[in-house]
Amino acid sequence: MIPNDRKYTRDHEWVKIEGSIAKLGITAHAAEALGDIVFVELPAVDKDVAIGDGYCVVESVKAVSNVYSSVSGKVVEVNEALDANPEKLNEDAYGQFIAAVEFTEVADNLMDAEAYEAFLAEQE
Amino acid sequence: MKSYVPNTEKERREMLSVLGLESMDELFSDIPADLRLNRPLDLPDGVSEIELRSILAGYALQNEDDGLLFRGAGAYSHYIPSVVPQLAMRSEFYTAYTPYQAEMSQGMLQALFEYQTVICRLTGMDVANASVYDGATAAAEAMIMLRDSKRRKKMLYSAALNPDVIAVIKTYAHCLGIETVEIPVGADGLTDISAIAANMEGAAGMIAAQPNYYGNIEDMQAISDAVHAANGLMVAYVNPITLGLMKRPAEYGADIAVGDGQPLGLPLSFGGPYVGFMATTAKLMRNLPGRIAGQTADAEGNRVFVLTLQAREQHIRREKASSNICSNQMLCAVMAAIYCCTMGPAGMKEVAQHNIAKAHYLAEQLAAIDGITLRYPETPFFNEFVVDTTLPAQELNDALKDIGITGGLVLPDGGMLWCATEMNAREEIDFLCDTIKSIMGGIR
Amino acid sequence: MRSSYKLIFERSREGRRAYDMPELDVPCACGTIPEGMRAVSRLDLPELGEVDLVRHYTNLSRRNFGVDNGFYPLGSCTMKYNPKINEELAAMFNSVHPRLDADMAQGCLRLMKDTEDMLCEICGMDAFTLQPAAGAHGELAGLMHIRAYHEHRGDTARTTIIVPDAAHGTNPASAVMAGFKVKEIKSAPDGGVDLDALRAAVGSDTAGLMLTNPSTLGLFERNIKKIAEIVHNAGGLLYYDGANLNAIMGIVRPGDMGFDVMHINLHKTFSTPHGGGGPGSGPVGVKSHLMPFMPVPVLKEDEDGMIVPDYDRPESIGKVKSLYGNFGVIVKAYCYIRSLGGRGLKEASENAVLNANYIMHRLRGAYGIPHDRTCMHECVVTPGELVDYGVHTSDIAKALIDRGYHPPTIYFPLIVHEAMMIEPTETESRETLDEFVDAMLDIAKVAKTDPGAIHAAPVTTPVGRPDEVAAARKPIVKYW
Repeated sequence: MIPNDRKYTRDHEWVKIEGSIAKLGITAHAAEALGDIVFVELPAVDKDVAIGDGYCVVESVKAVSNVYSSVSGKVVEVNEALDANPEKLNEDAYGQFIAAVEFTEVADNLMDAEAYEAFLAEQE
Repeated sequence: MKSYVPNTEKERREMLSVLGLESMDELFSDIPADLRLNRPLDLPDGVSEIELRSILAGYALQNEDDGLLFRGAGAYSHYIPSVVPQLAMRSEFYTAYTPYQAEMSQGMLQALFEYQTVICRLTGMDVANASVYDGATAAAEAMIMLRDSKRRKKMLYSAALNPDVIAVIKTYAHCLGIETVEIPVGADGLTDISAIAANMEGAAGMIAAQPNYYGNIEDMQAISDAVHAANGLMVAYVNPITLGLMKRPAEYGADIAVGDGQPLGLPLSFGGPYVGFMATTAKLMRNLPGRIAGQTADAEGNRVFVLTLQAREQHIRREKASSNICSNQMLCAVMAAIYCCTMGPAGMKEVAQHNIAKAHYLAEQLAAIDGITLRYPETPFFNEFVVDTTLPAQELNDALKDIGITGGLVLPDGGMLWCATEMNAREEIDFLCDTIKSIMGGIR
Repeated sequence: MRSSYKLIFERSREGRRAYDMPELDVPCACGTIPEGMRAVSRLDLPELGEVDLVRHYTNLSRRNFGVDNGFYPLGSCTMKYNPKINEELAAMFNSVHPRLDADMAQGCLRLMKDTEDMLCEICGMDAFTLQPAAGAHGELAGLMHIRAYHEHRGDTARTTIIVPDAAHGTNPASAVMAGFKVKEIKSAPDGGVDLDALRAAVGSDTAGLMLTNPSTLGLFERNIKKIAEIVHNAGGLLYYDGANLNAIMGIVRPGDMGFDVMHINLHKTFSTPHGGGGPGSGPVGVKSHLMPFMPVPVLKEDEDGMIVPDYDRPESIGKVKSLYGNFGVIVKAYCYIRSLGGRGLKEASENAVLNANYIMHRLRGAYGIPHDRTCMHECVVTPGELVDYGVHTSDIAKALIDRGYHPPTIYFPLIVHEAMMIEPTETESRETLDEFVDAMLDIAKVAKTDPGAIHAAPVTTPVGRPDEVAAARKPIVKYW
């Protein structure tokens, strides 16, 4: 099930707005495509990010993938649980944010859950 | 002519006919005719093993390497126990490629895991890679680690590093746009620690050698403290043969320990193959370049070794990789590990004791000769030291050469860098000094 | 019987020793080490008797597989036979100190110079340096020449190296390490360079193009002249990745194809053993316009006929490695070239290509062949319809292990889905090739009737398939 409390990018990332904070993560589709995730290179707290920046790198055994930001702003929190347990992204991609950003701007080309589901179907 | 192609002419023709071809040439029809060589390579005709042996003996005869050796400067003559080359030359090891298929490469993978453990125990660091090309490239790779972990493109280095190490660092730094700043050497032959603080602004860290190029023992703790005080990382370039007697890099706060493993059981072999070792803290593990062997299990729970953390490497990360290294010096790393395990803790200590003792004996005897003075008489040293001579150093060396002795390396400033190891017996040293006395006396 | 094998640290017993040293015949000097730099504890290294140490490593070697054990068709790695005589002859130079005065090391220096000259003839280049320690190191050094060339012409806008998407991972990584940006171009359907993509990619920012020829698909790049023209007309230089040189010795030379700079892997084409991952050697060849930038020292012959290392080269890129390079490896390559001579080298390439085509021919039908035309020294095949039975490239690789073979290179090149890259080399006999193909055909048959048996492979090895995910998630990279 794709949660409808957040928005999605064509690169299979999600963004959930909670007041002035945007939580960023990857979708279950992305986690599955990467395979067993072995390491998440979390951004530094206080790092400035802009829309489209690769702010995080996710590694599986045989691949690496950039995760791109759909907001601009400053990282205020990272999900440190992923440091020790990167597999949480495979197990519960929608329940695990990667970084929380105090944002100034949100990308204007995001999809809602329904549109993302259609986008996935189209990709098949 | 020697051929390693087993198939006979007849078999080759049969194979061609299976492919529906008449001649070898047809296999190359994709190659435009005007690009082809269309003439035999202008090389000497192939030779038999007997002839090859005599050709190589001819080259070997042109070297004068069978006399007494008192030279180091980055490559050292140490005793190599027979077990080291004989075990490394098990052809299951030396004719294998990189252990991509773990199930049939457990021997090499475990040997590497053991090597990494040996390097960690020698240096006191948390994690080591499976080697890079040599000490100089290890230093250059450490510089890249500093840049990536500190996100600063400036590094300090001690002027008392081996000049080849400095040259390689500078070559790499130029391409990567990293600024390198030299910290000078004081009148005592040691890195000028007071110059570090003033230059650390914007620097990711510093690299200094122990012992330094002149053989002198640095106060690495003070260097490390100065670098850390400026929020930098400390890279220690160490001669591993000292570590049976001297403090390990982790114990004076090094963040990265690198060096050349040649003294650990590798022959001089005119400069290579040697092995560069790299070790670091757990915190910097993912910045470490190159292959790393790791432990895991199979489905039955047997301990299994694999190449791990591969997502750092070029074959996966391509242009985003921090290093391009692929082949390294695996077999040399295994030789170094075999050496350390042969020597054990007692042997490593004893060999270090011999080195420092022989060098001090040599220094004393040389300094007693009229016209020779120790350049840094107050500075402690390991198995190398610098002297100044009244007779030009090259003249002295040329005279020694005539009787089969390789004297100390002549430095650009006219000094001589001497070395003694466990390979130099007391009689040799006495003979050398008597010879020098007569040379210098004869000229005076 | 599966089993793990004790680590050497687990065999240690306090007080045992495998070394001995003579009595110290001079006064002890340990007291001269300043207090603060003395060791604070005993080194924690294993203590074993010599026989136990010897058995440990001997048994470890039995858990490993080299060319001397069996067929090793690892694509792009040229796992040919490593002649025994060359090991023995290289050891003749073990005691030569690299900082000897040049007049005392003429044998080593001359051997290096002679090797450089022979490599020039084989490759059609004007000069070689033997300093780089491996293929990727050669790439880096070669790209540094390209950088220096543009810099010295004041053409500082040339910051981009073009790399085909089929290239070895070292190519883009080396380019970045040499300070370039990388522009990746898509390959044409036949795996060669897409000329239109290349034309669109070149420009005033082009420093050069890196290319392997034969390509990583084992196919000769028929448009090479056109490619060279496009890159040169745009002001760029052409880099030759010599990983696949074993296909073309004595037949066509990189220098004649238009390449300006190249590297060779002595541990592939020139038969030096790979040592389970190294040492290799990656000599770099250049055309005359790049000679000023070669790393120091450059070996030259002085008026007395002596070979001397020349450091006085103001435009040099500097040094990429200490001293002269992996000299011991260079000696073995020299021995190989002299043993075979020009005719023998050509014979080696011809038979390498014949063997690869023979394998490809016999696998046709049972396996997919994405580019079915005469290949060079290696061929790329895929599981074809076997994936319908759930059998993938990695499964076939593991099944080959049970049949006594080292698997081919797998999942490379990246542009072929489920690739298996098979490089037999010239030193394999027809029956070895036949037996290997028979094993491949047997695997294909079993895959359709009993895919579970393939998935269970390997069963003959000392350990089963490792849990690589666990290894990467919770890295254990030393014994406590």
